[in-house]
Amino acid sequence: MSTKPSAPAITATGLRRSYGDHVVLAGIDLHVPRGTVFSLLGANGAGKTTTVKILSTLLRPDGGTARICGHDLATEPDAVRAAIGVTGQFSAVDNLLTADENLRLMADLHHLGRAEGRRRAERLLEQFDLVEARRKPAATYSGGMRRRLDLAMTLVGDPQVIFLDEPTTGLDPRSRRDMWQIVRGLVASGVTIFLTTQYLEEADQLADRIAVLNRGRLVAEGSPEELKRRIPGGHVRLRFADARHLDVAARVVGPVVRDDDALTLQVPNDGSVGSLKALLDRLDHASVVVEELSVHTPDLDDVFLALTGNPDGPTHSGDAADFPNPANDKVKVTTR
Amino acid sequence: MSTPSYALRDSATMLRRNLRRMLRYPSMTLMLVGMPIVFLLLFVYVFGGALGAGIGGVGGGASGRAQYVNYVTPAILLMTVSAAVQGTAVSVAMDMTEGIIARFRTMAIARVSVLTGHVIGTLIQTVFSLVVVTGVALLIGFRPSAGPAGWLAALGVLAALTFALTWLCVALGQTSKSVETASNAPMPLVLLPFLGSGFVPTDSMPTGLRWFAEYQPFTPIIESVRALLSGAPLGNNLALALGWCAVIALGGYLWSKKLFNRESA
Repeated sequence: MSTKPSAPAITATGLRRSYGDHVVLAGIDLHVPRGTVFSLLGANGAGKTTTVKILSTLLRPDGGTARICGHDLATEPDAVRAAIGVTGQFSAVDNLLTADENLRLMADLHHLGRAEGRRRAERLLEQFDLVEARRKPAATYSGGMRRRLDLAMTLVGDPQVIFLDEPTTGLDPRSRRDMWQIVRGLVASGVTIFLTTQYLEEADQLADRIAVLNRGRLVAEGSPEELKRRIPGGHVRLRFADARHLDVAARVVGPVVRDDDALTLQVPNDGSVGSLKALLDRLDHASVVVEELSVHTPDLDDVFLALTGNPDGPTHSGDAADFPNPANDKVKVTTR
Repeated sequence: MSTPSYALRDSATMLRRNLRRMLRYPSMTLMLVGMPIVFLLLFVYVFGGALGAGIGGVGGGASGRAQYVNYVTPAILLMTVSAAVQGTAVSVAMDMTEGIIARFRTMAIARVSVLTGHVIGTLIQTVFSLVVVTGVALLIGFRPSAGPAGWLAALGVLAALTFALTWLCVALGQTSKSVETASNAPMPLVLLPFLGSGFVPTDSMPTGLRWFAEYQPFTPIIESVRALLSGAPLGNNLALALGWCAVIALGGYLWSKKLFNRESA
C-alpha cells in the first residue's frame, strides 16, 4: 500500500453531516500533524462520534473533504482503512472468542503470515496485560480488560492513525489511568492519535491539541495551555451556614458571584497563601463564619463553560459521579 | 486490496471464525438439530398412524406409520434447513449488535467475506444437521429406494435451498434491531412446509389453501426431494425447485449486500 510520509495524519475541510433535519456536524475543519495526540472534546451529542465515523469511512459526509495520511476518504477508502485503527466506545471484540483468537483473527484479516501473526499476538497480550486471560472467552472479561483487548486488536495491523472514541467512558478510575498510560506509550512509538472524550481532565492529560466541539461546530482549538489562557484567573469558593453570614460576607469582599441557594460566593483569587490569608482575615474581622472554602485554579472546565456558555459542560454530564475531578478542587478546607 | 485472492482468503478467515463460534456455543446448534428431530418423532409416532392411513389408503396403525415415515421425512429435512438458517439470522444479528461489524467495516478487507463466512459456515452446519436427522429417520423406519445418485441429487437440492435461504437470513439478520427479532423473523420458513405438500398431500386441502400450497416455493422442493429419494417421477418439480432457489438466493444476496453497504447510523 502506498504511504505518503510527508502528508499530515488528518486534514479535513468543511465536514458536514445531518440526520434528517438534525444537523450533527455543521462544517468542521481539522488539521492533525503526524505523531501527535489530537483531542476532540465535547458533551454527549456534540458530534464527536459522528466525526470519528466519517473519518474512519463508516459514514459518508454530506459535504466537505478529508484526507488521512494523504489518502482521500471518498476516492481511496481502502487506502484509508489500511492506514487507520479504530476503537469505539462500544467494544468491538468477538465475545465468544478468546483474547488469543481475537488477536489472531485480526492478524489473519491483515494478511500477516502465521508466524508473524503469532508474534504480534504474543507481544500485544504481554503489553496489554492479557496473558493470564488469553484462553478465556472475551465475554468473561471485565470492562477494562475488554477495552484493552479492543485496543490491542486495533494495534495488530500497525495503524499509523488510531481513532479512540471515548476510550475510557464507563471505566473505573484505575482502568482509566491504565488506558492513559497505554495511550502515552503509543504516542511515544510515533503513531497519531485522534481521541474523543467528554472528560476535560483526559484531554488535558493526553492531548497536544484540543478542539472543543459544541453542537456540531468547533468553538475553540489550541494546546491545553492556550485554552486555559483564554479564561480569567482562578477563584475561591466560600460556603456559609446561613443567609445572614452570606450577606455580610458579600458586603465585605466586594463584587462576587453569589449563589443564594447554595449559600456560596465565588471570589476572584489567585490561590496563593498570602492572598488567601488576606481574604480570611477580612472575613474574620467582620465576624463572618466560613463553613467551607475551596480553591479553584483555572482548568478546562472553566474554558468549556466560557466557550459554550453551557453550564452542563463535559464533566458534569453523564456519569460525572463516577468521575470526580480532583484537579478542580485543589484545596478543600472545612473550617469550624 | 479487494483482489479475488484476498476475497477468498478473508472468507476463509471469517469461516474459521464462524465455525469456532458454533463450537463455542453448541447449545444453539443442538437446538437447531433437535427441533426437526422432535417434529419427526411427533409426526411419525403421534400422527403417523392416522395420517399414513389417510394418504396411502392402506390400514391404519403400524403399516400406515411405516408409510408415513417415508412421506414426511423429506419435509422434515426441509425443516432442518429452515431451522439451521434461523441460526444464521441470529448469529448475523449478534455480530451487528456487538459492534464487531463496525470494526470489520473499518478494515481493508474484502467486505463480502463477512457475509460469505456466515453463508459457508451455515452450509457446513446444515449438512451436519441433515446427516443427523436422516440418521434418526433411518433408525425409525425411513426406507428410501434411491441409489447413490438419487441421494446425491437430493442432497444437492437441499444444499441449493440452504444456500438460498442463508442469503435471505443474512439479510433478515441485518435488518433486525435485536437478536430476539432475528430469531423470530425466519419463523415463516419453518411453517411453510406445513402449508405445502410437506405433511399431507395438497389435494386434501380446501381450495384457497390448496392453491397457495401448490404454488409456494417449498412444495416443488419437497416434491423433488421426495421423488429423488423414492425413485418416483420428477415431472417439472426439479426445474421449479432449482428456479425458486436461484431466485431466492439472488434476491437474498442482493438485499444482504445492499444492507451491508449501507451506512451504520
